[in-house]
Amino acid sequence: MIRAKDINERTPWQDLTPGGEIYEAGTARAFNTGNWRTNTPVFHAEACKHCMLCIPFCPDSAIPVKDGKRLDFDYMHCKGCGICENVCPFPAITMVSGGVAP
Amino acid sequence: MSSRLSGNEAVAYALKQINPDVMGAFPITPSTEIPEYFANYVANGEVNTEYVTVESEHSSMSVCIAAQAAGARSVSATSSCGLALMYELLYVAASCRLPITLACVNRALTGPININHDYSDSMGARDSGWIQLYAENNQEAYDNLLMAMPIGETPEVRLPVMSCMDGFITSHAVENMELLDTDIVRRFIGEYKPENYLLKRENPLAVGPYDISAYYMEHKVQEAEAMKAAKARILEVAAEFEKISGRRYGLLEEYRMEDAHLALVLIGSSAGTAKAVVDQLRENGVKAGLVKIRVFRPFPGEELARALAGTRAAAVMDKSEGFSANGGPLFAETRSALYDLKDRPYLINIVYGLGGRDVKTEDFVKVFGRLADIAATGDIGPVYTHMGQRSKEEIA
Repeated sequence: MIRAKDINERTPWQDLTPGGEIYEAGTARAFNTGNWRTNTPVFHAEACKHCMLCIPFCPDSAIPVKDGKRLDFDYMHCKGCGICENVCPFPAITMVSGGVAP
Repeated sequence: MSSRLSGNEAVAYALKQINPDVMGAFPITPSTEIPEYFANYVANGEVNTEYVTVESEHSSMSVCIAAQAAGARSVSATSSCGLALMYELLYVAASCRLPITLACVNRALTGPININHDYSDSMGARDSGWIQLYAENNQEAYDNLLMAMPIGETPEVRLPVMSCMDGFITSHAVENMELLDTDIVRRFIGEYKPENYLLKRENPLAVGPYDISAYYMEHKVQEAEAMKAAKARILEVAAEFEKISGRRYGLLEEYRMEDAHLALVLIGSSAGTAKAVVDQLRENGVKAGLVKIRVFRPFPGEELARALAGTRAAAVMDKSEGFSANGGPLFAETRSALYDLKDRPYLINIVYGLGGRDVKTEDFVKVFGRLADIAATGDIGPVYTHMGQRSKEEIA
């Protein structure tokens, strides 16, 4: 069975799955879709109270959580929509122009 | 077992013998009787098919796609505008490589609105990636439907199959025919065993994901290769079918073509009328012959070129208008197929029988007369004409 990790943009047609079927879940994790971003959220850890409001609002699950604390953004998947900045009650997230965090 | 059935009855009976897992059912003339007869089988407990009544053909094909992806053998039946409403889904079924079986009872596409026979519906879907089989009569409609699944479900093919018959002429006329025993049919069809399917517990599966430019072309090449592979599989299945039925099928049927100088190329029930004319002309010493196309997708180009190689003049009879201003779809395929021949016959295209316009033996006698003139004089005249319409001019 052909796995998603074994397929890339250099794979010949003979080695792709029929009709593009995908035989496993969660393959979006492996693909860098963060490069679509034109604005970038910046996380200010010192101002964060870990209220966790930004997490469910993120449309791309791009805010990782570990041991009850949010970590810095997953820039491989963040599209820079700015919803997190909008819902954050504290000055813990600011948006900067451009696709790269300063 | 001998029986007397209409084409629709024969197809419904074939479906009963197959006992598919799911039917997406929606009525449209002239295919309505197929889901109607099948509903009786369901109600009587003669099949255990999940019979899904839907609100449109777009939905009936969607039901088939979802069910087939889930691992269920799925069937539907439609005609004309019903097929047109499925159009988007026909491509989805083929590109997801889901071997659905569709009984297509050919009827003219609106407009003007018309319920009678021509091939404008399925010819419009000829580039959708479906295998297309065409029947001359009720027996062939039954036989082709039984062969659809063994063709489409083969791993190297994995394409949906459209089994077509002529609306009313075949679908509603009752003919004597031979039916196979149900246990023989079931052994012939076998179990549907896809390698991967949505309900397979061992691994999750995503079907029909978004295909970016970096992958789309590769998947289209896969489909094109599958269609090429289908040619050999269709012949294999025909050989297996001959063992259980005694009836022989190819990609096309050559009728008295061995030494033919003049030939017709056509599809479907008109072949019966044309064969009678070929016999009549042969009695008068005219070397007439007929090629009936049974499989339009994949198109048997090499086989057709071989069949016509020895002829001097041939007429391609199109029962649908392509509005290319350059001839109908069967003509386009035939002329292309002949290009590689060193010595090609003169070739004309006649569009006929649109919207149920009758075609009679005397019509084909006239066509053969025109071919005889072309063969004798080398003067081909107008290449693309229509036959059977009222006109102030007289052509064929």
